[in-house]
Amino acid sequence: MNLVIIKYNAGNIRSVLFALERIGMNALVTDDPEQILRADKVIFPGVGEASSAMQYLRERQLDTLIAGLKQPVLGICLGLQLMCRFSEENDTNCLGIFDEVVKKFEPPVKNWKLNSSEPRIKVPQIGWNSIYGLESELFKGLPENSFCYFVHGYFASLGAHTIARADYIQPYSAGLHRDNFFGVQFHPEKSSLIGEKIIKNFIAL
Amino acid sequence: MLTKRIIPCLDIKDGRTVKGTNFVDLRDAGDPVELGALYAQQGADELVFLDITATVEKRKTLSDLVNKIAHHVNIPFTVGGGVKSVEDASILLNNGADKVSVNTAAVKDPLLIPQLAREFGSQFVVLAIDTKLEEDGEWYVYLQGGRKKTELTCFEWAKRAVEAGAGEILLTSMNHDGTKKGFAVDINRKISMSLPVPVIASGGGGTAAHFATIFKEGLADAALAASIFHFKELSIPELKNYLISEGIAIRI
Repeated sequence: MNLVIIKYNAGNIRSVLFALERIGMNALVTDDPEQILRADKVIFPGVGEASSAMQYLRERQLDTLIAGLKQPVLGICLGLQLMCRFSEENDTNCLGIFDEVVKKFEPPVKNWKLNSSEPRIKVPQIGWNSIYGLESELFKGLPENSFCYFVHGYFASLGAHTIARADYIQPYSAGLHRDNFFGVQFHPEKSSLIGEKIIKNFIAL
Repeated sequence: MLTKRIIPCLDIKDGRTVKGTNFVDLRDAGDPVELGALYAQQGADELVFLDITATVEKRKTLSDLVNKIAHHVNIPFTVGGGVKSVEDASILLNNGADKVSVNTAAVKDPLLIPQLAREFGSQFVVLAIDTKLEEDGEWYVYLQGGRKKTELTCFEWAKRAVEAGAGEILLTSMNHDGTKKGFAVDINRKISMSLPVPVIASGGGGTAAHFATIFKEGLADAALAASIFHFKELSIPELKNYLISEGIAIRI
């Protein structure tokens, strides 16, 4: 298994590598087009800001390369968002693999009062949330409402490519799939045994 | 539904887990890597490792330890203790830490939080505040592991730090820490309702009911405790089952 992690300016690559190691896998971290094209599977992780990440990918022609890949690709967190059509984060045109657009979480109340009966809703969302409506080989063997670890201030809307949902302020896409492309908004590399199962499922595709 | 987080804290001294009462009187509580992996297995939602003897000579020991933890732990973890610069933080990040916590250095160097947030994102920056309720009714910020009082109020400092880029606040009440008599409800509620970032309540957790109270009344997003877990007074599954029976959103 020739597994490649795409190296760019918004990676949480170390955590992904450690997670792969825990399940006995190795991966090559590279931005070399030839190595990426030759991979059996590609992981596209990401923590960071959309416009600077897209600019970095464009400058190196990695944008067209990623969008043209034929082998299974797994985008994680910002990786998923960059695979969408557009992100409201600094109004960024993204890779357009998924038609869904990425929007900012807007809390329903603007001015919170200390004595409000409802707790304040924090943005970004940080913590464990349940995923449901699971419809993909990626989630094979996982029960509905499995818990995964999320850290994000922007979310992909629901759409034709949604394969998992989560609720925060409103329902949104926790997972997307089109052809050979998969994306998850949460961090499988930090989502305990559920996350390990998802990574194993991706490797087994 | 987003769940409330239970976070065991491992205070590290010379590579071992220790736990004190009211910031002094340290007792040995075991190997941090083993303990961390055990807590993850038992259902801890995150871990916090605080190096309480972080000095320049010890930094290598800490980064090696972080690396070991990252290999064994499949949940997010925060590392703190002596982080004074982007370089300190980047060493911890490169060894697998998901977040760093800053405390004294962030007060002394107002540029530290904005620099860390710009370099690594706010989600990477946890502001740890040690605070004490004084006789004048105000919560003040203490530095250097609770040894040095400042004139900064907890609320002002938290607000300023969040504006500067802190992504979470780890709030330790020195009045409550080590007492096992419950968390500081009022100050947690005030910070949680006033600021847009998650608050991790710390100090005073002694029973499962204390955790229910800090989530329901203190509106904390997460609760941190150490000795009750280290000394097996309350197990994580036991605690989580209780909180679920209390109607609190908890991951199992």
